[in-house]
Amino acid sequence: MSHDTKSSYYLPAPSHWPILGSAALFCTMFGAAHWLHGNSYGPYLFALGIAVLLFMVFGWFGAVIKESLAGFYDKQVDHSYRWGMVWFIFSEVMFFGAFFGALFYARISAIPELGGDTTSIFTASTLTHYLIWPNFTAHWPVLHNPDMAVFAGPKQVMEAWGLPAINTLILLTSGATITWAHWGVVKDKRKHVLWGLLFTVLLGISFLICQAHEYITAYEQYQLRLDSGIYGTTFFMLTGFHGLHVTLGTIMLIVILIRAYLNHFNPKHHFAFEAVSWYWHFVDVVWLFLFVFVYWL
Amino acid sequence: MKNNFPVFISRICLLLGSWFCISSAYAESRINMPQGVTPMSHDIYALHMMIFWICVSIGVLVFSVLIYSLIKFRKSKGAVPADFHEHTVVEITWAVIPFLILVAMAIPATKVLMRMDNTDDADVTIKIVGYQWKWKYEYLDQGISYFSNLSTPVSQLNNQAPKNEWYLLEVDRPLVVPIHQKIRFLVTANDVIHSWWVPALGIKRDAIPGYIHESWARIEKTGTYRGQCAELCGVNHGFMPIVVEAVTPEAFAAWVQQQTAGKTSLPPDIKKEKSQAELLKQGETLYTTHCAICHKPEGTGMPPAFPALKGSVIATGPVKNHIAMVLNGKPGTAMQAFKEQLSDEDIAAIVTYERHAWGNDDTPRYGKEAGGTVQAAQVASQRAESTHEKLN
Amino acid sequence: MSTAVNDVHEHEHEHPEGFWGVLGRWLFTTNHKDIGTLYLWLSFIMFFVGGAMALVIRAELFQPGARIVSPEFFNQMTTLHGLIMVFGVVMPAMVGLANWQIPMMIGAPDMALPRLNNWSFWILPFAFSLLMSTFFMSGPAPDFGWTFYAPLSTTYGPKSTDFMIFSIHLMGLSSIMGAINVIATIFNMRAPGMTLMKMPIFVWSWLVTAFLLLGVMPVLAGAVTMMLADRHFGTSFFNAAGGGDPILFQHVFWFFGHPEVYILIMPAFGVISEVVSTFSRKKIFGYRFMIYAIVAIALLSFIVWAHHMFTAGIPLVTELFFMYATMLVAVPTGVKVFNWVATIFKGSISFEAPMLFAIAFLFLFTMGGFSGLMLSIVPADYQYQDTYFVVAHFHYVLIPGSIFAIMAAIYYWLPKWTGHMYNETMAKWHFWLTVISINITFFPMHFLGLAGMPRRIPDYALQFTDFNRIATIGAFIFGFSQLLFLINVVRTVRGHGPRVGAKVWEGAHGLEWTLPSPPPYHSFTVPPEIKN
Ligand code: HEA
Ligand code: HEA
Ligand code: HEC
Ligand code: CUA
Ligand SMILES: [Cu+2]
Repeated sequence: MSHDTKSSYYLPAPSHWPILGSAALFCTMFGAAHWLHGNSYGPYLFALGIAVLLFMVFGWFGAVIKESLAGFYDKQVDHSYRWGMVWFIFSEVMFFGAFFGALFYARISAIPELGGDTTSIFTASTLTHYLIWPNFTAHWPVLHNPDMAVFAGPKQVMEAWGLPAINTLILLTSGATITWAHWGVVKDKRKHVLWGLLFTVLLGISFLICQAHEYITAYEQYQLRLDSGIYGTTFFMLTGFHGLHVTLGTIMLIVILIRAYLNHFNPKHHFAFEAVSWYWHFVDVVWLFLFVFVYWL
Repeated sequence: MKNNFPVFISRICLLLGSWFCISSAYAESRINMPQGVTPMSHDIYALHMMIFWICVSIGVLVFSVLIYSLIKFRKSKGAVPADFHEHTVVEITWAVIPFLILVAMAIPATKVLMRMDNTDDADVTIKIVGYQWKWKYEYLDQGISYFSNLSTPVSQLNNQAPKNEWYLLEVDRPLVVPIHQKIRFLVTANDVIHSWWVPALGIKRDAIPGYIHESWARIEKTGTYRGQCAELCGVNHGFMPIVVEAVTPEAFAAWVQQQTAGKTSLPPDIKKEKSQAELLKQGETLYTTHCAICHKPEGTGMPPAFPALKGSVIATGPVKNHIAMVLNGKPGTAMQAFKEQLSDEDIAAIVTYERHAWGNDDTPRYGKEAGGTVQAAQVASQRAESTHEKLN
Repeated sequence: MSTAVNDVHEHEHEHPEGFWGVLGRWLFTTNHKDIGTLYLWLSFIMFFVGGAMALVIRAELFQPGARIVSPEFFNQMTTLHGLIMVFGVVMPAMVGLANWQIPMMIGAPDMALPRLNNWSFWILPFAFSLLMSTFFMSGPAPDFGWTFYAPLSTTYGPKSTDFMIFSIHLMGLSSIMGAINVIATIFNMRAPGMTLMKMPIFVWSWLVTAFLLLGVMPVLAGAVTMMLADRHFGTSFFNAAGGGDPILFQHVFWFFGHPEVYILIMPAFGVISEVVSTFSRKKIFGYRFMIYAIVAIALLSFIVWAHHMFTAGIPLVTELFFMYATMLVAVPTGVKVFNWVATIFKGSISFEAPMLFAIAFLFLFTMGGFSGLMLSIVPADYQYQDTYFVVAHFHYVLIPGSIFAIMAAIYYWLPKWTGHMYNETMAKWHFWLTVISINITFFPMHFLGLAGMPRRIPDYALQFTDFNRIATIGAFIFGFSQLLFLINVVRTVRGHGPRVGAKVWEGAHGLEWTLPSPPPYHSFTVPPEIKN
């Protein structure tokens, strides 16, 4: 009802999607907490929440797509969406920043201190080592945790130049294919777009398969787990959240592929495509940091 | 309303004044930081007063301009607004001057901090371990080690008895240290973060589980110095005081002598059997100091975090589990292992007490395992067993 | 505020009627004013909830001995009071002000992303339900302070901790989306000619705040996620036995926590700039430098976090670095204080309620800033840390800082929003009672802290009795005085009080005052001309 105001800026009518989303989030979180506490209804609430959330996402985005196709969006609206996406990605960067921070802190400060490294300026007291953890030696990646009775260390660590290197290659290639697809959009070449996106999706899926394989190896052969001490902790939390983002990104790519197939984009109007490609590049860049700091150095 | 205000304010003042008079029966209120008895605390005090006066002077300056303007340029007095709204030189000046003041503050602060950081060449080294909710002191060179618990009786906490002068600031065994010697403190914790704080020494160090952080003191005067845990560490954070007894080096040496001598000359005779009455009496006192803070004198605990012992499955079930619980605690909960804190005799007495207090020996109700007496020998054998298990 | 908007009877916009209609309107709204109103009411309610908790704290501390609540419940009160005041009162109030004012001040019809705006708001009631539900569970509600340090909150935390964690995730999500919206609005919705350096300072302060939010809320989400993993998935972020470190938690938390406190004060700076200028009938002095100062404070706020951890045993170099950086914040903050004073200097000052609160802000916030500066001196902080001196410091910056600014803003803009003037006499009573009682409550806490009273304790040694009594009395006066504020706002919203014109205050300038009071549902449907 409001889009008939005199404003040139498109103002959406009241929408029931957000409140539904809030309720769904509540249900998800409430369910998750009960699940963690071993209450039988927890998983169901959680699943219900997720289902409603998905329904909300489809409904909401569906409405946006409809409005977009109806031509309600002028340049200014487009800009709003762009700013929205850019700063959303920035917030994601900061989220990863927290976990990278934890990794750097462990490597630069905690492990040297526990191991009695006197050369580090970040060691507050070397007595931590001599009085509490005399048997611990500072070494990254940590194979022998300070207290092996509580946190049994991994048998082996992840080698950078095996699967991870291949995964790097996969993601870098996918960065190229999506850019290629983008050119296709700009040049209005449908085939080009579809193939580019399809390749990107396939690369995303192969990345995930490789990662799944890697996780299985880690758990079964290397005894490298979430509870293998700080190395396992940072390894799985960082690569895990990245993997989650790749999964999300791949789903988004699939949606975009379908929309491209339905001819939703034209050279002037393809914000959704760009948003997804930014997201994909972001996931890509995070991986490079992961590769360097988690696997390699 | 203009007329009402003075009345109202004077009433508040009256109210406050009367409270002051009533409450002056309590200990005297201080309004400033203690100057303390160590070089560190003097340095801190000097810094504190310096920054305080700097802030006061800046405040006086800024506030007088403000008050002057508020009075002088009232619209009701016909003030007409001027039209200036920018002046770069002024802006830069009032950024640079505070900056210089800050530099002047930072220099002495840095010096003091560097001095504080140097814990080398200590004469006495004491490791301090925070537990929920007590402190353990280990004299690393002298081989002395003991726990220090709050000694204020529960009746005072619950307002059933008049509070004594050092209410909440008194312990059963204070930390004893010599004056004029450099004491190095190594602070850590057993469970959660605590903070060892004695204002008169100018020391506040967080006790972080798994890490050691250092501090030092050279006390100038004999005396008793009190402090409290200064990091929220759970329910009884407000109830883990610190008392430091600073004595002359000679007195300290004598104290050390006495502590170490006491240990070797009196090997506890665990073979000796005690009567139930004896155990119960001893057990009750020990229970009050060591267990009542969580499980409450009435044995009701504070469920669900701290289970009741009254009628508890363990305290009325097989005695072996009961002893094991006290010896080894339950890792990851506030129920800590008491085997380092309590002797076999002590544990025997406490367990016996718990099994009889609050109707726990009601065998018709709780089954035939309830009640019974425990002797030190039994605890000793279980202790040996558990140590053995751990070695495997 | 709701009825006021209804009063307008805009032809272009009919509000739905009936219970479901009205409910639907508020649940589904995409209008910045409605959403702003919702935020403000949420904040108001939470203020009373969090305040009631503060009164429980103060009542227990009235005299030594366990009197009213158990130590366990006391800790829950402290924790929830802190969390609610920070996340449930000041932040939503500031976002509410942003929602109402930013579009009006930059000449926009609405916020840039209206549906997202609705979502940002409606997540919050759910998040707080999740948080408050912990009171009704078996086992204690969160009881480890609003800073939830590990391992007290991980290995030793009660079950309800997980609900708090998820609730914080939700709040973070809400804040991030809110911040995105503010940024998109300010970057993209300004009327032609409204250059960045012509924007009102309130808008500037919110722009910077939004970036702070984007920078730190995800880190908080990371911190609580690590907690969750340590609690349930066997990780060892904060456990030395596995190579982690409890201090890591503090680093991550305070990387969020310190900018967070500036998030709470930055929009307040903006409000005070507007109010001081209006009631001095003079342009703000040093507009450019005011903006540079905000930006400088925001940048510095990212590199001072460890000043909350001086006693945690961090290495010497780190302590020195964070001490210097923290002290530096006084420079831009000083610039702001001096500029406000210079704005008042040679103005033509009148003392309506918003101005009174702004003046109190100038005095009392500055005092809080001074105690902050004292805290930043590491050796001195060894004595101050975790005592009531810190409690005094942050209540001085938070209440006469953020809360007074919010009150000033409400008195200042309420006539604009509702078309009615609030009751000035009642507002003056509210002001004087508030400003006197706030000092009775929190000034003695400086003494308590210096004399050695730790914070977060339910019972204390006898020498602290006097000042605690005074503080408790002050707190109750303060608390009940706020009822005057509530009454005044409700009266005004319901249409009591004389009608006001477009330009409510003589000295006011800015686009919002060119709109009628109350303003049309969509503020500027045609972008206004920006002159000069
Ligand atoms: C609105 C919130 C707010 C604001 C604005 C501030 C502002 C400041 N704070 Fe505060 N602070 C908190 C909220 C806030 N704080 C909270 C909530 C806590 C406790 C958290 C917890 O543990 O629960 C805390 C704790 C806290 C600590 C940790 C104390 C401890 O636990 O040991 C420190 C230490 O450095 C500190 C410092 C400062 C400084 C230097 C400023 C500066 O920004 C102040 C700058 C202002 C001025 C200095 C006054 C004006 C300047 C002039 C007139 C210029 C000239 C002046 C000079 C040159 C002196 N704060
Ligand atoms: C913006 C933030 C904010 C605000 C506004 C306040 C407001 C108040 N705060 Fe709080 N406070 C914090 C933020 C804030 N606080 C934080 C972050 C902490 C640290 C927590 C921690 O340590 O983890 C803290 C801690 C804290 C403590 C220390 C607790 C401890 O260490 O154990 C105390 C003690 O006096 C206190 C008191 C008060 C009082 C009296 C008010 C008053 O201003 C409140 C005014 C009261 C009202 C507005 C109530 C109105 C209610 C009525 C009139 C009654 C109606 C009743 C019903 C409906 C039931 N606060
Ligand atoms: C710091 C708090 C604390 C102190 C002090 C403490 N306990 Fe406990 N105790 C606990 C907690 C917490 C548990 C519950 C552990 C669990 O989760 O099973 C517990 C459990 C027990 C149990 C098992 C009760 C049951 O039915 O599960 C016994 C018996 C017991 N404690 C005895 C003692 C004795 C004896 C002492 C003193 C020597 C003592 N406790 C001191 C916190 C404490
Ligand atoms: Cu121990 Cu607080
Ligand atoms: Cu801070």
